[in-house]
Amino acid sequence: MDFELSMDHEILRDSVRSFAEKEIKPVAQTLDKEETFSYDTMAKMAELGLFGIFVSEEYGGQGMDYLSYIIATEEIARVDGSHAATIAAGNSLGIGPLYYYGSEEQKKKYLPKLCSGEALWAFGLTEPNAGSDAANSKTTAVLDGNEWVINGSKIFITNGSTDISAGSTVMCRTGSREDGRPELSCILVENGTPGYTAKVMHDKMMWRSSNTSELYFEDCRVPKENLLGKRGHGFYQMMETLDGGRLSIGAMGLGGAQGCLDMTVRYANEREQFGRPIATFQANAFKLADMATEIDAARLMLYRACWLRDNEKPFSKEAAMAKLYCSEVMYRCANHAVQIHGGYGLMKEYDVERFYRDQKLLDIGEGTSEVQRIVIARHIGAKCL
Amino acid sequence: MLPGPGARKEKNVDIVVLLKQVPATESLIQVADDGVSIKTEELKWVINPYDEFAVEEALRIREAQGGSVTVLSVGTDKAVEAIRTALAMGADTGVLVNDPAALGKGALATARVLAAAVKQIPFDLVIAGQRAVDADQFQVGPAVAEYLRIPNVSMVIKTELLDGSIRCHRTIEGGTVVVESPLPMLFTTQRGLNEPRYASLPGIMKAKKKPLETKTLADFGLDAGALEGPTARIRALSPPAERGGGRIIEGESAAEKAAALVKALHEEAKVI
Ligand SMILES: Cc1cc2nc3c(=O)[nH]c(=O)nc-3n(C[C@H](O)[C@H](O)[C@H](O)COP(=O)(O)OP(=O)(O)OC[C@H]3O[C@@H](n4cnc5c(N)ncnc54)[C@H](O)[C@@H]3O)c2cc1C
Repeated sequence: MDFELSMDHEILRDSVRSFAEKEIKPVAQTLDKEETFSYDTMAKMAELGLFGIFVSEEYGGQGMDYLSYIIATEEIARVDGSHAATIAAGNSLGIGPLYYYGSEEQKKKYLPKLCSGEALWAFGLTEPNAGSDAANSKTTAVLDGNEWVINGSKIFITNGSTDISAGSTVMCRTGSREDGRPELSCILVENGTPGYTAKVMHDKMMWRSSNTSELYFEDCRVPKENLLGKRGHGFYQMMETLDGGRLSIGAMGLGGAQGCLDMTVRYANEREQFGRPIATFQANAFKLADMATEIDAARLMLYRACWLRDNEKPFSKEAAMAKLYCSEVMYRCANHAVQIHGGYGLMKEYDVERFYRDQKLLDIGEGTSEVQRIVIARHIGAKCL
Repeated sequence: MLPGPGARKEKNVDIVVLLKQVPATESLIQVADDGVSIKTEELKWVINPYDEFAVEEALRIREAQGGSVTVLSVGTDKAVEAIRTALAMGADTGVLVNDPAALGKGALATARVLAAAVKQIPFDLVIAGQRAVDADQFQVGPAVAEYLRIPNVSMVIKTELLDGSIRCHRTIEGGTVVVESPLPMLFTTQRGLNEPRYASLPGIMKAKKKPLETKTLADFGLDAGALEGPTARIRALSPPAERGGGRIIEGESAAEKAAALVKALHEEAKVI
């Protein structure tokens, strides 16, 4: 067993950390308050190379391993959840399906500008009436000559309606299978296609400077060639994409928890009550020790899952475990962080206030914690529905 | 002998950056059991911040003029990470002098080793940090210039490359001086010179393929005996005393408070 990160992973972590501290941290709370997606920080993240991290160089990617992508996401999440969401969704959900299932033509057409960060791509799975039960999607695509005609809608779609959103991968019913169940396929729809509207969703509790969208399709026509991979493989493609996506949500939990710990150690050593720093009270110090211990366990779990993926071994169970555990570790860390900050932790002047809110998405997005437990239970042979 | 200017392409500027790996300033510094050094096991190591300015300035000059950037460091295996980071920022070549005989002998010995190493690299310009933030000696850069017998300008906040010379703006108490020096020369950096770039992800991948040579004193015809020991020795190290609490100056009006403050600074603190 080798627990040492490579020198390149260390250099990557240091670089992304100082970038996040200097470029994102100072603006994060204001962007959150004003619910603004920042094109300025987006461009800076793109310049650093945070899009297309695991995509090979021939399509404009960085050609790094999955662990590199996870470390980068973790370090951004250590200072802000919304920015980490833009990166995680951009890479795992936007770029991922195009890279893994796209035809050579589709890859050449879309990946270079997605990897350079000039454009974003979204992943349209969830519908108003099909969340955890995503296979029950109602959006339809009917082949009419050389075109798919799409009708329906999607909800909560990250990166779908920014000024630089180039399109979405949309899971649609394209017919019925022999066993009577719906045939699901993924179709690429470019923003600006007639009949397609992407609308920003406002008033979120968390990830307020990340773009979340509703997508509407009304007799939206796209060329037949916009089918992604094989017809009928849509659900399978989406689930496989989510296996990777869960690692990045895990990275957001891990990074967020680490951010909570770092801020809270500093605060507890500085804040004085009863004539001494509050960190000297064991009730507080023990919380910090618990946070550090759980973060360490979470990191080992998440990196092990990445290692499995990088070594082409099955990692679906471990990804679900890491997503579940990292999210819940951040839940406890954010709670301790606010507690130790006292009243100040409830004020927007302190970043822990935002971390506390941002954490909640991690228990819900890309499969709720309950869904992760279902996945894990099935993997270990429990007869879970 | 320095490589003659004839060996260089017109306008191209070949730059050597002197780089030291130091403990990160946010590290928890503790005195080691020997009482004369610090505990290094748990430290996080980074590029000396003033050397980061040097790397950035070198890259900007190369981008504007053409040429090359070589990063040179004296250190142990650990320092490879600092050099690789500079390569990821965009430097072309790295050289690490990794020889136990070259370490721990003080600033002048380090400067001799660096100067010997620089002589083997074609250069127009040497850029160094004004000081390393670990020992804060301010010596190595100017001493290297002395050993190389080239001009030195310290604490530079702006550079302008001219034909065969360089104009440097340097800070002095209460102002700036503009000095012009022929090339080859050495200058050291001051905060404000530039904003160093981050090592980008593509940069980190490119750095994997860049040359990083390791050298020992023998490569420069130096032997350990040629480097005298340090002229100053550390007798004892102790952490600074804990800062006492602050004091709030009371008073009816701003003028009254200011008068009380001036009195305290003059009579108690004796700083004015
Ligand atoms: C900010 C944000 C960004 C998002 N980004 C995207 C995106 O980019 N692309 C995309 O496709 N989707 C995205 N989503 C959607 C997200 O994946 C869904 O919200 C999530 O899968 C849950 O679906 P739901 O909201 O419909 O909840 P529901 O499925 O209605 O679940 C409600 C509750 O019931 C529980 N539950 C449901 N079924 C079961 C069961 N069988 N057993 C036990 N408990 C159960 C759930 O765990 C949950 O607690 C995003 C969501 C948010 C909030």
